[in-house]
Amino acid sequence: MIKVNGYPTKEQVKTKFPKIEKLVKPIAIIECYQEIPCNPCSTSCPVNAITIGEDINKIPKIDYDLCIGCGSCVYSCPGLCIMLVSIKEDLAIFQIPYELLPVPLTGEIWSGIDRSGHQICEANILKTLKNKQSDRTVIVTVSVPKEFLYDFSTVGCKL
Amino acid sequence: MDKFDLVIIGGGPAGLSAARIALEAGLSVTLIDRSISLGGQLIKQTHKFFGSKAQYAKTRGIDIANILINDLDEYKDRLHILKEATVVALYKDYVITVYQFNKYFKIQAKSIIVATGASEKVLAFENNDLPGIYGAGAVQTLMNLYGVLPGKEVVMVGSGNIGLIVSYQMIQAGVKVKALLEASDHIGGYLVHASKLVRLGVPILTRTTVKKAYGKNKLEKIQTVELDEQWNYIEGTETEISCDALCISVGLTPLHQLLSMAEIDMIYVNELGGLIPKLKKNYETSMPRVFACGDVTGIEEASSAMVEGKLAGLLASKSLGFIHPEFELLEKNLVEQLNNLRQGPCGVKIRLGLEKAEVNSHD
Ligand SMILES: Cc1cc2nc3c(=O)[nH]c(=O)nc-3n(C[C@H](O)[C@H](O)[C@H](O)COP(=O)(O)OP(=O)(O)OC[C@H]3O[C@@H](n4cnc5c(N)ncnc54)[C@H](O)[C@@H]3O)c2cc1C
Ligand code: SF4
Ligand code: SF4
Repeated sequence: MIKVNGYPTKEQVKTKFPKIEKLVKPIAIIECYQEIPCNPCSTSCPVNAITIGEDINKIPKIDYDLCIGCGSCVYSCPGLCIMLVSIKEDLAIFQIPYELLPVPLTGEIWSGIDRSGHQICEANILKTLKNKQSDRTVIVTVSVPKEFLYDFSTVGCKL
Repeated sequence: MDKFDLVIIGGGPAGLSAARIALEAGLSVTLIDRSISLGGQLIKQTHKFFGSKAQYAKTRGIDIANILINDLDEYKDRLHILKEATVVALYKDYVITVYQFNKYFKIQAKSIIVATGASEKVLAFENNDLPGIYGAGAVQTLMNLYGVLPGKEVVMVGSGNIGLIVSYQMIQAGVKVKALLEASDHIGGYLVHASKLVRLGVPILTRTTVKKAYGKNKLEKIQTVELDEQWNYIEGTETEISCDALCISVGLTPLHQLLSMAEIDMIYVNELGGLIPKLKKNYETSMPRVFACGDVTGIEEASSAMVEGKLAGLLASKSLGFIHPEFELLEKNLVEQLNNLRQGPCGVKIRLGLEKAEVNSHD
Protein backbone atom coordinates (compact mmCIF):
# COMPACT_ATOMS: atom_id res chain seq x y z
CA MET A 1 0.00 0.00 0.00
CA ILE A 2 1.32 3.42 -0.91
CA LYS A 3 0.91 4.75 2.66
CA VAL A 4 3.20 1.97 3.89
CA ASN A 5 5.73 1.27 1.13
CA GLY A 6 5.58 4.54 -0.80
CA TYR A 7 4.43 3.26 -4.19
CA PRO A 8 1.02 2.69 -5.75
CA THR A 9 -0.34 -0.60 -7.08
CA LYS A 10 -0.69 -1.08 -10.83
CA GLU A 11 -4.46 -0.75 -10.42
CA GLN A 12 -4.00 2.64 -8.76
CA VAL A 13 -1.61 3.70 -11.51
CA LYS A 14 -4.14 2.74 -14.20
CA THR A 15 -6.78 5.00 -12.64
CA LYS A 16 -4.53 7.95 -13.52
CA PHE A 17 -4.25 6.99 -17.21
CA PRO A 18 -6.74 7.80 -19.97
CA LYS A 19 -7.98 5.19 -22.43
CA ILE A 20 -5.04 3.98 -24.49
CA GLU A 21 -6.53 5.49 -27.70
CA LYS A 22 -6.01 8.94 -26.23
CA LEU A 23 -2.26 8.45 -25.97
CA VAL A 24 -1.63 9.24 -29.63
CA LYS A 25 -0.19 12.52 -28.42
CA PRO A 26 1.59 13.37 -25.13
CA ILE A 27 -0.82 13.66 -22.22
CA ALA A 28 -0.10 14.55 -18.60
CA ILE A 29 -0.43 11.66 -16.15
CA ILE A 30 -0.81 13.04 -12.64
CA GLU A 31 0.12 10.63 -9.87
CA CYS A 32 -1.04 12.61 -6.89
CA TYR A 33 -2.83 10.17 -4.59
CA GLN A 34 -3.19 12.18 -1.39
CA GLU A 35 -4.90 15.41 -0.40
CA ILE A 36 -2.13 17.89 0.35
CA PRO A 37 -2.17 21.70 0.37
CA CYS A 38 -0.72 22.24 -3.10
CA ASN A 39 -1.87 23.48 -6.50
CA PRO A 40 0.92 24.65 -8.86
CA CYS A 41 0.03 21.93 -11.41
CA SER A 42 -3.33 23.51 -11.85
CA THR A 43 -2.25 27.16 -11.80
CA SER A 44 0.59 26.51 -14.26
CA CYS A 45 -1.57 24.90 -16.96
CA PRO A 46 -2.10 27.35 -19.82
CA VAL A 47 -5.32 25.70 -20.97
CA ASN A 48 -6.89 24.98 -17.58
CA ALA A 49 -6.86 21.25 -18.14
CA ILE A 50 -6.13 20.58 -14.45
CA THR A 51 -8.70 21.42 -11.81
CA ILE A 52 -8.17 21.57 -8.05
CA GLY A 53 -10.56 24.31 -7.09
CA GLU A 54 -10.86 26.70 -4.17
CA ASP A 55 -9.73 24.13 -1.62
CA ILE A 56 -6.10 23.58 -2.60
CA ASN A 57 -6.06 20.30 -0.68
CA LYS A 58 -8.23 18.55 -3.25
CA ILE A 59 -6.69 15.97 -5.59
CA PRO A 60 -6.01 17.40 -9.07
CA LYS A 61 -8.33 16.25 -11.85
CA ILE A 62 -7.26 16.43 -15.47
CA ASP A 63 -9.37 16.73 -18.58
CA TYR A 64 -7.36 14.63 -21.05
CA ASP A 65 -9.15 16.23 -23.99
CA LEU A 66 -7.95 19.69 -23.06
CA CYS A 67 -4.30 18.77 -22.36
CA ILE A 68 -1.98 19.94 -25.15
CA GLY A 69 1.09 18.22 -23.70
CA CYS A 70 3.02 21.44 -23.12
CA GLY A 71 4.88 20.06 -20.08
CA SER A 72 4.38 23.09 -17.85
CA CYS A 73 2.79 21.04 -15.07
CA VAL A 74 5.61 18.46 -15.26
CA TYR A 75 8.28 20.85 -13.99
CA SER A 76 5.90 22.94 -11.84
CA CYS A 77 4.89 20.02 -9.63
CA PRO A 78 7.03 20.08 -6.47
CA GLY A 79 6.18 16.41 -5.93
CA LEU A 80 7.73 15.44 -9.29
CA CYS A 81 4.69 13.24 -9.78
CA ILE A 82 3.58 14.30 -13.26
CA MET A 83 4.86 12.94 -16.55
CA LEU A 84 3.77 13.16 -20.17
CA VAL A 85 2.99 9.88 -21.87
CA SER A 86 2.24 8.90 -25.44
CA ILE A 87 2.40 5.75 -27.56
CA LYS A 88 4.12 5.50 -30.91
CA GLU A 89 3.88 2.09 -32.52
CA ASP A 90 5.61 -0.36 -30.14
CA LEU A 91 7.03 2.30 -27.88
CA ALA A 92 5.76 4.19 -24.91
CA ILE A 93 7.27 7.66 -24.83
CA PHE A 94 7.66 9.41 -21.51
CA GLN A 95 8.70 12.92 -20.57
CA ILE A 96 9.80 12.78 -16.94
CA PRO A 97 11.07 15.39 -14.48
CA TYR A 98 14.68 14.66 -13.47
CA GLU A 99 16.78 16.36 -10.78
CA LEU A 100 19.91 14.21 -10.47
CA LEU A 101 23.39 14.31 -11.94
CA PRO A 102 24.64 13.31 -14.40
CA VAL A 103 21.88 14.37 -16.74
CA PRO A 104 21.23 11.71 -19.41
CA LEU A 105 22.34 12.59 -22.95
CA THR A 106 20.45 12.09 -26.18
CA GLY A 107 21.23 8.72 -27.70
CA GLU A 108 22.29 7.03 -24.49
CA ILE A 109 20.64 3.93 -23.12
CA TRP A 110 19.73 4.00 -19.44
CA SER A 111 18.06 1.52 -17.15
CA GLY A 112 14.28 1.91 -16.91
CA ILE A 113 13.02 1.81 -13.33
CA ASP A 114 9.56 1.01 -11.97
CA ARG A 115 7.78 2.73 -9.08
CA SER A 116 9.27 0.37 -6.49
CA GLY A 117 12.81 1.14 -7.63
CA HIS A 118 13.47 -2.03 -9.62
CA GLN A 119 15.10 -2.13 -13.02
CA ILE A 120 12.59 -3.38 -15.59
CA CYS A 121 13.83 -2.47 -19.06
CA GLU A 122 16.13 -0.41 -21.20
CA ALA A 123 15.21 3.19 -21.84
CA ASN A 124 16.38 5.16 -24.88
CA ILE A 125 17.12 8.77 -24.12
CA LEU A 126 15.54 10.83 -26.91
CA LYS A 127 15.91 14.37 -25.63
CA THR A 128 16.58 16.48 -22.56
CA LEU A 129 15.20 19.92 -21.97
CA LYS A 130 16.03 22.56 -19.41
CA ASN A 131 14.96 26.17 -19.54
CA LYS A 132 14.32 29.15 -17.31
CA GLN A 133 10.76 28.15 -16.47
CA SER A 134 11.73 24.60 -15.57
CA ASP A 135 13.99 26.11 -12.89
CA ARG A 136 16.77 23.50 -12.83
CA THR A 137 14.40 20.55 -13.26
CA VAL A 138 15.34 18.70 -16.44
CA ILE A 139 12.64 17.14 -18.60
CA VAL A 140 13.97 13.89 -20.04
CA THR A 141 12.20 12.29 -23.00
CA VAL A 142 12.68 8.50 -23.13
CA SER A 143 11.15 5.60 -24.97
CA VAL A 144 10.60 2.13 -23.54
CA PRO A 145 8.79 -0.94 -24.94
CA LYS A 146 5.02 -0.37 -24.86
CA GLU A 147 4.45 -3.27 -22.46
CA PHE A 148 5.97 -1.14 -19.68
CA LEU A 149 3.42 1.64 -20.10
CA TYR A 150 2.05 1.26 -16.58
CA ASP A 151 5.36 0.26 -14.96
CA PHE A 152 8.04 2.68 -16.09
CA SER A 153 8.60 5.61 -13.75
CA THR A 154 12.14 6.93 -14.13
CA VAL A 155 15.64 6.23 -15.41
CA GLY A 156 18.31 4.79 -13.12
CA CYS A 157 21.80 4.85 -14.60
CA LYS A 158 23.57 4.70 -17.94
CA LEU A 159 23.92 1.15 -19.27
CA MET B 1 19.70 51.57 26.49
CA ASP B 2 18.42 51.93 22.92
CA LYS B 3 14.65 51.97 22.53
CA PHE B 4 12.88 50.64 19.45
CA ASP B 5 9.31 50.52 18.16
CA LEU B 6 9.13 46.96 16.90
CA VAL B 7 11.73 44.27 17.44
CA ILE B 8 11.37 41.01 15.54
CA ILE B 9 13.33 38.08 16.93
CA GLY B 10 14.08 35.55 14.17
CA GLY B 11 14.53 36.25 10.46
CA GLY B 12 13.01 33.09 8.97
CA PRO B 13 9.97 33.19 6.69
CA ALA B 14 7.74 34.25 9.59
CA GLY B 15 9.98 37.09 10.84
CA LEU B 16 10.80 38.36 7.34
CA SER B 17 7.13 38.44 6.36
CA ALA B 18 6.22 40.23 9.58
CA ALA B 19 8.94 42.80 8.93
CA ARG B 20 7.70 43.58 5.43
CA ILE B 21 4.14 44.25 6.56
CA ALA B 22 5.19 46.35 9.57
CA LEU B 23 7.45 48.42 7.31
CA GLU B 24 4.59 48.89 4.85
CA ALA B 25 2.49 50.10 7.77
CA GLY B 26 5.08 52.78 8.48
CA LEU B 27 6.90 51.37 11.50
CA SER B 28 10.61 51.29 12.17
CA VAL B 29 11.70 47.69 12.52
CA THR B 30 14.65 45.98 14.17
CA LEU B 31 15.16 42.42 12.94
CA ILE B 32 17.49 40.19 14.93
CA ASP B 33 18.81 36.81 13.82
CA ARG B 34 21.53 34.62 15.23
CA SER B 35 22.64 33.31 11.86
CA ILE B 36 25.05 34.78 9.34
CA SER B 37 22.27 35.11 6.80
CA LEU B 38 18.55 35.72 7.05
CA GLY B 39 16.02 33.20 5.79
CA GLY B 40 15.83 30.64 8.61
CA GLN B 41 15.16 27.09 7.44
CA LEU B 42 14.55 28.30 3.89
CA ILE B 43 18.20 28.81 3.04
CA LYS B 44 18.79 25.06 3.28
CA GLN B 45 15.84 24.06 1.11
CA THR B 46 16.81 23.27 -2.45
CA HIS B 47 13.47 21.69 -3.41
CA LYS B 48 10.39 23.30 -4.91
CA PHE B 49 7.76 24.21 -2.32
CA PHE B 50 4.13 23.20 -1.98
CA GLY B 51 1.23 25.55 -1.27
CA SER B 52 -0.32 28.02 -3.67
CA LYS B 53 0.92 31.02 -5.60
CA ALA B 54 0.45 33.41 -2.67
CA GLN B 55 3.04 31.36 -0.75
CA TYR B 56 5.43 31.04 -3.70
CA ALA B 57 4.55 27.41 -4.47
CA LYS B 58 6.83 25.72 -7.05
CA THR B 59 9.67 28.06 -6.08
CA ARG B 60 12.71 26.52 -4.40
CA GLY B 61 13.03 27.32 -0.67
CA ILE B 62 16.35 29.11 -1.05
CA ASP B 63 14.84 31.34 -3.74
CA ILE B 64 11.84 32.14 -1.52
CA ALA B 65 14.30 33.30 1.14
CA ASN B 66 15.90 35.68 -1.36
CA ILE B 67 12.52 37.02 -2.47
CA LEU B 68 11.53 37.74 1.15
CA ILE B 69 14.90 39.38 1.92
CA ASN B 70 14.86 41.52 -1.24
CA ASP B 71 11.30 42.56 -0.45
CA LEU B 72 12.67 44.52 2.52
CA ASP B 73 15.15 46.52 0.42
CA GLU B 74 12.91 49.43 -0.42
CA TYR B 75 12.44 50.16 3.28
CA LYS B 76 16.06 49.98 4.36
CA ASP B 77 15.89 53.50 5.87
CA ARG B 78 13.55 52.25 8.55
CA LEU B 79 14.97 48.77 8.87
CA HIS B 80 17.72 47.84 11.25
CA ILE B 81 19.07 44.30 10.81
CA LEU B 82 21.27 42.60 13.38
CA LYS B 83 22.83 39.37 12.12
CA GLU B 84 24.93 36.88 14.07
CA ALA B 85 23.07 38.32 17.04
CA THR B 86 21.44 35.90 19.47
CA VAL B 87 18.67 37.07 21.74
CA VAL B 88 19.52 35.42 25.04
CA ALA B 89 16.84 36.97 27.22
CA LEU B 90 13.41 38.52 27.06
CA TYR B 91 12.05 40.23 30.16
CA LYS B 92 8.63 41.31 31.35
CA ASP B 93 9.59 45.00 31.01
CA TYR B 94 10.19 44.59 27.25
CA VAL B 95 13.93 44.49 27.68
CA ILE B 96 15.82 42.19 25.33
CA THR B 97 19.39 41.03 25.89
CA VAL B 98 21.37 40.45 22.71
CA TYR B 99 24.70 38.67 22.35
CA GLN B 100 26.66 39.74 19.27
CA PHE B 101 30.36 39.64 18.43
CA ASN B 102 31.39 38.66 21.97
CA LYS B 103 29.37 41.42 23.60
CA TYR B 104 26.11 41.50 25.49
CA PHE B 105 23.83 44.50 25.22
CA LYS B 106 20.28 45.42 26.09
CA ILE B 107 17.59 47.07 24.06
CA GLN B 108 13.98 47.87 24.81
CA ALA B 109 11.01 47.57 22.48
CA LYS B 110 7.45 48.87 22.50
CA SER B 111 6.29 45.80 20.64
CA ILE B 112 7.99 42.45 20.00
CA ILE B 113 7.35 39.67 17.51
CA VAL B 114 8.91 36.33 18.45
CA ALA B 115 9.57 34.20 15.36
CA THR B 116 12.36 31.95 16.59
CA GLY B 117 11.22 28.81 14.78
CA ALA B 118 11.98 25.35 16.11
CA SER B 119 14.72 22.93 17.10
CA GLU B 120 15.05 19.24 16.38
CA LYS B 121 13.96 16.48 18.69
CA VAL B 122 16.48 13.82 19.63
CA LEU B 123 16.18 10.05 19.82
CA ALA B 124 17.54 7.96 22.68
CA PHE B 125 19.37 4.73 21.82
CA GLU B 126 22.65 3.09 22.74
CA ASN B 127 25.71 4.97 21.42
CA ASN B 128 23.67 7.77 19.91
CA ASP B 129 26.61 10.10 20.51
CA LEU B 130 28.96 8.40 18.02
CA PRO B 131 30.40 10.70 15.36
CA GLY B 132 28.43 10.16 12.17
CA ILE B 133 25.05 10.43 13.87
CA TYR B 134 23.39 13.70 12.91
CA GLY B 135 20.11 15.53 13.11
CA ALA B 136 18.55 16.17 9.69
CA GLY B 137 19.13 19.91 10.14
CA ALA B 138 22.86 19.41 10.63
CA VAL B 139 23.06 17.27 7.51
CA GLN B 140 21.30 19.97 5.52
CA THR B 141 23.57 22.68 6.89
CA LEU B 142 26.70 20.67 6.10
CA MET B 143 25.56 19.68 2.65
CA ASN B 144 23.58 22.62 1.34
CA LEU B 145 25.38 25.51 3.02
CA TYR B 146 28.95 24.23 3.22
CA GLY B 147 29.07 21.61 0.47
CA VAL B 148 30.24 18.83 2.80
CA LEU B 149 28.81 15.31 2.53
CA PRO B 150 27.62 13.76 5.81
CA GLY B 151 28.91 10.32 4.78
CA LYS B 152 28.90 7.81 1.97
CA GLU B 153 26.17 5.43 3.10
CA VAL B 154 23.44 6.69 5.33
CA VAL B 155 20.30 5.50 7.05
CA MET B 156 17.52 7.99 7.76
CA VAL B 157 15.22 7.70 10.78
CA GLY B 158 11.80 9.32 10.38
CA SER B 159 9.48 9.56 7.36
CA GLY B 160 8.00 12.99 7.97
CA ASN B 161 8.47 15.55 5.20
CA ILE B 162 11.87 16.54 6.55
CA GLY B 163 13.17 12.96 6.63
CA LEU B 164 11.88 12.37 3.11
CA ILE B 165 13.19 15.63 1.67
CA VAL B 166 16.62 15.46 3.30
CA SER B 167 16.97 11.87 2.04
CA TYR B 168 16.21 13.06 -1.48
CA GLN B 169 18.71 15.90 -1.15
CA MET B 170 21.37 13.43 0.02
CA ILE B 171 20.75 11.30 -3.09
CA GLN B 172 21.08 14.43 -5.20
CA ALA B 173 24.41 15.09 -3.52
CA GLY B 174 25.61 11.58 -4.35
CA VAL B 175 25.11 9.86 -0.98
CA LYS B 176 23.68 6.34 -0.90
CA VAL B 177 20.57 6.27 1.28
CA LYS B 178 20.40 2.63 2.38
CA ALA B 179 17.05 2.70 4.15
CA LEU B 180 14.51 4.96 5.76
CA LEU B 181 13.12 3.76 9.09
CA GLU B 182 9.71 4.77 10.42
CA ALA B 183 8.35 3.71 13.80
CA SER B 184 4.70 4.12 12.92
CA ASP B 185 2.78 1.82 10.57
CA HIS B 186 2.66 4.36 7.76
CA ILE B 187 4.66 7.11 6.06
CA GLY B 188 4.29 10.43 7.89
CA GLY B 189 5.11 12.93 5.15
CA TYR B 190 3.62 13.59 1.74
CA LEU B 191 3.39 10.46 -0.40
CA VAL B 192 4.74 12.25 -3.47
CA HIS B 193 7.99 12.85 -1.56
CA ALA B 194 8.08 9.20 -0.47
CA SER B 195 7.47 7.93 -4.00
CA LYS B 196 10.40 9.99 -5.28
CA LEU B 197 12.69 8.12 -2.89
CA VAL B 198 11.26 4.67 -3.42
CA ARG B 199 11.69 4.80 -7.18
CA LEU B 200 15.30 5.79 -6.59
CA GLY B 201 15.72 2.54 -4.68
CA VAL B 202 15.36 3.58 -1.03
CA PRO B 203 13.38 1.02 0.96
CA ILE B 204 11.00 2.54 3.51
CA LEU B 205 10.76 0.26 6.52
CA THR B 206 7.68 1.06 8.61
CA ARG B 207 7.27 -0.18 12.21
CA THR B 208 11.05 -0.17 12.48
CA THR B 209 13.49 1.89 14.49
CA VAL B 210 17.16 2.07 15.41
CA LYS B 211 18.06 0.18 18.59
CA LYS B 212 21.79 0.53 18.79
CA ALA B 213 24.75 2.08 17.01
CA TYR B 214 28.17 0.45 16.68
CA GLY B 215 31.57 1.84 15.90
CA LYS B 216 34.99 2.36 17.40
CA ASN B 217 35.70 6.01 16.82
CA LYS B 218 32.84 6.70 14.47
CA LEU B 219 29.66 5.07 13.27
CA GLU B 220 30.19 1.77 11.44
CA LYS B 221 26.78 0.09 11.58
CA ILE B 222 23.42 0.22 13.28
CA GLN B 223 21.04 -2.36 14.65
CA THR B 224 17.41 -1.92 13.70
CA VAL B 225 14.43 -3.56 15.38
CA GLU B 226 10.79 -3.94 14.44
CA LEU B 227 8.09 -2.44 16.65
CA ASP B 228 4.67 -3.70 17.69
CA GLU B 229 1.50 -1.61 17.77
CA GLN B 230 2.51 -0.07 21.11
CA TRP B 231 5.94 0.78 19.68
CA ASN B 232 7.66 -1.89 21.85
CA TYR B 233 10.65 -3.76 20.44
CA ILE B 234 9.76 -7.14 18.95
CA GLU B 235 12.60 -9.32 20.24
CA GLY B 236 14.32 -11.41 17.61
CA THR B 237 13.67 -8.98 14.75
CA GLU B 238 17.00 -7.19 15.11
CA THR B 239 18.89 -6.62 11.84
CA GLU B 240 22.15 -4.85 11.12
CA ILE B 241 22.81 -2.25 8.45
CA SER B 242 26.32 -1.00 7.79
CA CYS B 243 26.53 2.77 7.31
CA ASP B 244 28.88 5.64 8.09
CA ALA B 245 26.13 8.15 8.80
CA LEU B 246 22.77 8.03 10.53
CA CYS B 247 20.40 10.92 10.15
CA ILE B 248 17.71 11.50 12.78
CA SER B 249 14.55 13.29 11.76
CA VAL B 250 11.94 12.57 14.39
CA GLY B 251 10.25 15.93 14.55
CA LEU B 252 10.73 19.49 15.66
CA THR B 253 9.82 21.32 18.81
CA PRO B 254 9.09 25.07 19.09
CA LEU B 255 11.93 27.26 20.41
CA HIS B 256 9.79 28.61 23.22
CA GLN B 257 12.54 29.54 25.71
CA LEU B 258 12.36 33.32 25.31
CA LEU B 259 8.61 33.32 25.70
CA SER B 260 8.79 31.06 28.75
CA MET B 261 11.44 33.28 30.28
CA ALA B 262 9.16 36.32 30.07
CA GLU B 263 6.57 34.22 31.94
CA ILE B 264 4.16 34.35 29.05
CA ASP B 265 1.24 31.89 29.39
CA MET B 266 2.28 28.68 27.65
CA ILE B 267 0.56 25.39 26.93
CA TYR B 268 1.92 21.97 25.97
CA VAL B 269 0.28 20.85 22.74
CA ASN B 270 1.45 17.50 21.45
CA GLU B 271 -0.05 18.02 17.98
CA LEU B 272 2.07 21.16 17.51
CA GLY B 273 5.34 19.72 18.77
CA GLY B 274 5.61 20.92 22.36
CA LEU B 275 5.34 24.04 24.49
CA ILE B 276 3.75 26.99 22.67
CA PRO B 277 2.33 30.36 23.74
CA LYS B 278 -1.39 30.72 24.27
CA LEU B 279 -2.46 33.15 21.59
CA LYS B 280 -5.37 35.44 20.95
CA LYS B 281 -6.80 35.45 17.42
CA ASN B 282 -4.53 38.43 16.73
CA TYR B 283 -1.37 36.44 17.53
CA GLU B 284 -0.84 38.37 20.75
CA THR B 285 0.59 36.45 23.70
CA SER B 286 -0.40 37.06 27.31
CA MET B 287 2.16 39.87 27.40
CA PRO B 288 0.55 42.90 25.74
CA ARG B 289 2.11 43.86 22.37
CA VAL B 290 4.24 40.71 22.31
CA PHE B 291 3.26 38.56 19.34
CA ALA B 292 4.42 35.16 18.11
CA CYS B 293 4.23 33.52 14.69
CA GLY B 294 5.67 30.68 12.64
CA ASP B 295 7.02 27.40 13.97
CA VAL B 296 7.47 28.81 17.50
CA THR B 297 3.66 28.79 17.77
CA GLY B 298 3.47 25.18 16.55
CA ILE B 299 5.35 23.15 13.96
CA GLU B 300 3.85 23.69 10.54
CA GLU B 301 5.18 24.82 7.17
CA ALA B 302 6.96 27.80 5.67
CA SER B 303 3.79 28.55 3.73
CA SER B 304 1.77 29.06 6.90
CA ALA B 305 4.72 30.69 8.70
CA MET B 306 4.80 33.43 6.03
CA VAL B 307 1.07 34.07 6.28
CA GLU B 308 1.16 34.06 10.09
CA GLY B 309 4.12 36.42 9.97
CA LYS B 310 2.21 38.88 7.80
CA LEU B 311 -0.75 38.73 10.18
CA ALA B 312 1.46 39.26 13.22
CA GLY B 313 3.14 42.21 11.45
CA LEU B 314 -0.22 43.69 10.65
CA LEU B 315 -1.53 43.37 14.18
CA ALA B 316 1.67 44.39 15.94
CA SER B 317 1.68 47.58 13.84
CA LYS B 318 -1.91 48.22 14.82
CA SER B 319 -1.06 47.78 18.50
CA LEU B 320 1.35 50.72 18.12
CA GLY B 321 -1.18 52.84 16.25
CA PHE B 322 0.17 52.19 12.75
CA ILE B 323 -2.75 50.93 10.69
CA HIS B 324 -1.67 49.34 7.41
CA PRO B 325 -3.33 51.15 4.47
CA GLU B 326 -4.93 47.88 3.37
CA PHE B 327 -5.52 46.48 6.83
CA GLU B 328 -8.99 45.04 6.40
CA LEU B 329 -8.46 43.53 2.98
CA LEU B 330 -5.14 42.01 3.99
CA GLU B 331 -6.41 40.60 7.26
CA LYS B 332 -9.36 38.92 5.57
CA ASN B 333 -7.22 37.53 2.76
CA LEU B 334 -4.50 36.21 5.07
CA VAL B 335 -6.97 34.47 7.37
CA GLU B 336 -8.52 32.85 4.29
CA GLN B 337 -5.10 31.70 3.08
CA LEU B 338 -4.37 30.07 6.44
CA ASN B 339 -7.74 28.31 6.52
CA ASN B 340 -7.20 27.10 2.99
CA LEU B 341 -3.75 25.69 3.78
CA ARG B 342 -5.04 23.90 6.86
CA GLN B 343 -8.44 22.65 5.81
CA GLY B 344 -7.38 19.32 4.27
CA PRO B 345 -6.61 15.99 5.95
CA CYS B 346 -2.96 17.02 6.43
CA GLY B 347 -4.19 19.93 8.53
CA VAL B 348 -6.26 17.89 11.00
CA LYS B 349 -3.57 17.75 13.68
CA ILE B 350 -2.76 21.42 13.26
CA ARG B 351 -6.39 22.48 13.54
CA LEU B 352 -6.83 20.36 16.68
CA GLY B 353 -3.66 21.78 18.22
CA LEU B 354 -4.42 25.39 17.41
CA GLU B 355 -7.83 25.11 19.03
CA LYS B 356 -6.12 24.12 22.26
CA ALA B 357 -3.74 27.07 22.18
CA GLU B 358 -6.21 29.76 21.20
CA VAL B 359 -7.75 31.98 23.88
CA ASN B 360 -10.37 34.69 23.54
CA SER B 361 -8.63 37.00 25.95
CA HIS B 362 -5.68 36.93 28.31
CA ASP B 363 -6.85 37.35 31.93
C1 LIG C 1 14.07 19.71 5.34
C2 LIG C 1 12.92 20.66 5.46
C3 LIG C 1 12.06 20.77 4.39
C4 LIG C 1 10.98 21.65 4.45
N1 LIG C 1 10.16 21.73 3.36
C5 LIG C 1 9.12 22.61 3.38
C6 LIG C 1 8.28 22.76 2.23
O1 LIG C 1 8.45 22.10 1.20
N2 LIG C 1 7.25 23.63 2.30
C7 LIG C 1 7.05 24.39 3.41
O2 LIG C 1 6.11 25.21 3.40
N3 LIG C 1 7.82 24.25 4.51
C8 LIG C 1 8.85 23.38 4.52
N4 LIG C 1 9.64 23.25 5.64
C9 LIG C 1 9.25 23.93 6.88
C10 LIG C 1 9.72 25.35 6.96
O3 LIG C 1 11.08 25.45 6.64
C11 LIG C 1 9.47 25.89 8.36
O4 LIG C 1 8.14 25.60 8.74
C12 LIG C 1 9.66 27.38 8.38
O5 LIG C 1 11.00 27.69 8.07
C13 LIG C 1 9.31 28.00 9.73
O6 LIG C 1 9.55 29.37 9.66
P1 LIG C 1 9.90 30.25 10.94
O7 LIG C 1 10.19 31.61 10.42
O8 LIG C 1 8.85 30.08 11.94
O9 LIG C 1 11.21 29.60 11.58
P2 LIG C 1 12.69 29.36 11.01
O10 LIG C 1 12.71 29.24 9.54
O11 LIG C 1 13.22 28.24 11.81
O12 LIG C 1 13.45 30.70 11.39
C14 LIG C 1 13.72 31.06 12.71
C15 LIG C 1 14.87 32.03 12.73
O13 LIG C 1 15.02 32.51 14.05
C16 LIG C 1 16.38 32.59 14.38
N5 LIG C 1 16.49 32.49 15.85
C17 LIG C 1 16.05 31.48 16.64
N6 LIG C 1 16.30 31.76 17.94
C18 LIG C 1 16.92 32.96 17.96
C19 LIG C 1 17.42 33.78 18.99
N7 LIG C 1 17.34 33.43 20.28
N8 LIG C 1 18.02 34.95 18.66
C20 LIG C 1 18.11 35.32 17.35
N9 LIG C 1 17.64 34.60 16.34
C21 LIG C 1 17.03 33.42 16.63
C22 LIG C 1 17.02 31.45 13.63
O14 LIG C 1 18.38 31.69 13.36
C23 LIG C 1 16.18 31.42 12.34
O15 LIG C 1 16.77 32.19 11.31
C24 LIG C 1 10.75 22.40 5.61
C25 LIG C 1 11.63 22.30 6.69
C26 LIG C 1 12.72 21.46 6.62
C27 LIG C 1 13.67 21.37 7.78
S1 SF4 D 1 0.92 19.24 -20.10
FE1 SF4 D 1 0.42 21.41 -20.31
S2 SF4 D 1 -1.65 21.37 -21.12
FE2 SF4 D 1 -1.30 19.34 -20.32
S3 SF4 D 1 -2.08 19.42 -18.26
FE3 SF4 D 1 0.10 19.88 -18.12
S4 SF4 D 1 0.18 22.10 -18.19
FE4 SF4 D 1 -1.84 21.54 -18.92
S1 SF4 E 1 1.52 20.19 -8.09
FE1 SF4 E 1 2.00 18.00 -7.98
S2 SF4 E 1 1.97 17.52 -5.80
FE2 SF4 E 1 0.95 19.51 -6.05
S3 SF4 E 1 -1.23 19.00 -6.22
FE3 SF4 E 1 -0.42 19.12 -8.30
S4 SF4 E 1 0.16 17.02 -8.79
FE4 SF4 E 1 -0.09 17.10 -6.58
